[in-house]
Amino acid sequence: MSTTVTTHRPRPTAQPTTLRARRLPRYAAPLIALAALLVAAGIVYGTGIGGPVLVVVVAALLYLAGLFAAANAVEGRRAARNRTWSALIHSAFVLAVLPLASVVWTLVSKGVERLDGNFFGTSMNNIGARDPNGGAYHAIVGTLEQVGIATLITVPLGILCAIYVVEYGRGRFSFAIRFFVDVMTGIPSIVSGLFVLAFWVLIVSPMVNDGRPGFSGFAAALALSVLMLPTVVRSTEEMLRLVPAPLREGAYALGVPKWKTILRVVLPTALPGIVTGVMLAIARAAGETAPVLLVAGGGAAINVNPFENNQSSLALFVYQQAGDASKYSPARAWTAALTLVALVLVLTIAAKLLARRNRLGR
Amino acid sequence: MGDTPQRSAHAGTGGITVATGHEWAAGASARVAETPGNPRTPVDNGMGGGGALPRARSFGAERAFRGLTLAAGTAVLVIIAAIAIFLIARAVPALRANTENFWTYEGWSPNEAQPKFGIGTLAFGTVLSSALALLIAVPVALGIALYLSHYAPRRLGTALGFLIDLLAAVPSVVFGLWGRDVFINPVRDFSAWLNEYFGWIPIFGGDGPFGRSIMLGSLVLAIMVLPIITSLSREVFLQTPTANEEAALALGATRWEMIRTAVLPYGRPGVIAAVMLGLGRALGETIALAMTLGITFGVSFNLIQNGGNTIAANIANAFGEANDTGRGALIASGLVLFTITLIVNITARVIIYRRREFTESAA
Repeated sequence: MSTTVTTHRPRPTAQPTTLRARRLPRYAAPLIALAALLVAAGIVYGTGIGGPVLVVVVAALLYLAGLFAAANAVEGRRAARNRTWSALIHSAFVLAVLPLASVVWTLVSKGVERLDGNFFGTSMNNIGARDPNGGAYHAIVGTLEQVGIATLITVPLGILCAIYVVEYGRGRFSFAIRFFVDVMTGIPSIVSGLFVLAFWVLIVSPMVNDGRPGFSGFAAALALSVLMLPTVVRSTEEMLRLVPAPLREGAYALGVPKWKTILRVVLPTALPGIVTGVMLAIARAAGETAPVLLVAGGGAAINVNPFENNQSSLALFVYQQAGDASKYSPARAWTAALTLVALVLVLTIAAKLLARRNRLGR
Repeated sequence: MGDTPQRSAHAGTGGITVATGHEWAAGASARVAETPGNPRTPVDNGMGGGGALPRARSFGAERAFRGLTLAAGTAVLVIIAAIAIFLIARAVPALRANTENFWTYEGWSPNEAQPKFGIGTLAFGTVLSSALALLIAVPVALGIALYLSHYAPRRLGTALGFLIDLLAAVPSVVFGLWGRDVFINPVRDFSAWLNEYFGWIPIFGGDGPFGRSIMLGSLVLAIMVLPIITSLSREVFLQTPTANEEAALALGATRWEMIRTAVLPYGRPGVIAAVMLGLGRALGETIALAMTLGITFGVSFNLIQNGGNTIAANIANAFGEANDTGRGALIASGLVLFTITLIVNITARVIIYRRREFTESAA
């Protein structure tokens, strides 16, 4: 296209000022904002219907209206619309940042109160309503064991399932698996908890347990693996699809059987991406409260055996402490929440950084 | 590695050997010919032109590995089916014992000698709180997504997008704790203010106490689903073909007109899917709502008075003191929740799959 523009036409003789659309001066927007703020303060305090928050809200509305009117008069309707939407989009951003920033700020400021050795070294055993001590050692043990067992179950199962879908599966059956893995992503955590409650705690484990329902950390791990499985399968599937075909073909050409090609060539190539997916799944599972509440029961004492008796977890600890009437329990809840968020965020950030270094990329 | 070199050795023998039985064709390698004990002679497999190829072993590593992956793939379907089967199996006895209508009764007392429980109010609360949460979250989330993808400087947009992804990973119990310890105060003040000046509208009526209301629950829920919808829609908006955007700008469109004519139509299916996924998460959200709603039973559109309940929150709250029938009743309510989320998710997935075809054919 660039080669065709060679003819020089005479410039139109119109005045340069009419070539450019008229624009609002730079100082117009702050000026309108200031005026809106003053008018809003006048209205709100004059009628006495609210405080500073209402002033800001009314001022924002007035600013939008004023900006639209001014731009409409000077620049025309289309530019006015552009300016108004732009202001709306920016304010949506501010509106959403406020609560999210408040969450982070509260978490840190309230969480550091009990961030001491005692918190990480003791359990809630024999801690009454008047005891300021007590900690989350048992909950941390529970979280690590439950998530660990869930990972041990999910990772082989998920990777094998993804290999089937990508490498072997054909036609309707494979499509059905992919579709239901996607659907499984949306299963509420409480439903997976109820499933394990109905299946493991109330039906299977009483058979070996003299008929008593078997609440245990292992049951929680089962529920968590139902939640982790779709995430692992999906991320592995995507990564396997990204492995370049020439790598596979090269292996086949050397006479390597398909299963060995998958295990020795395809999987190692896709490994960083798979690890990322697994870490994101672990981060999600570690934060789940509802399934642990239903099938592990929670407990105040340290229980390192995941196969017998109640176990707690960090998320469940937060929930139980928040429901506790003791005046010391909110501090414990916030510190546990901070610990949990730190754990989850470290996993998530590590996973994202790993994904960024991944050679396959997206 | 044992079987494949032989395969290549046979490859040259073509179809001649089928007729000649044990006679090896000229192309056969010496190595194969030296092993007369090889059971896989071409005549054994009785096949046509490709008959010289060795028959796959009935049980080899390849077969075993394939079977293993097939089993893992089937496990997903088995788990989904098992969820439905076991929930139904535990729910039916409780539903039989129910002395009231499961769909319409307003209340939840399944632990008594005459168990009475109904899903109606809970399902209503679930749908109401999720719908309100989406009503608040979707416009804001789309605004942020557009800001991050088309307004913010590229570097800032990437950094903030990363931050939003992190917020999506924050556990719901943390949002619940924040909602009931911190956010309840501004919401209570706002509720009182609404009640004072807009009390004549039924949804803002009542005479307190305010605070642990549907409004608080929905706002917390909205804040929770916001990062999810934002991060999914941002990705969709970023995928808009640059050619479309530049074409719109070249025709003299303002930035907003470019977004309206190029970005939004392209991203619509993706945004719908993101909203549906957010809805799925909102419907199933348990702990945050169990901590922020003031658990009551009853169908009420009042947003600001203490009250409200959802299926999931009720399960978390009522589980502690549930007996056998009580657990069955909770499982029955979980089954209803499972069905609702399943429908929502399947709808979302169908939309996404359609879009996938659409974008692939467009590219």
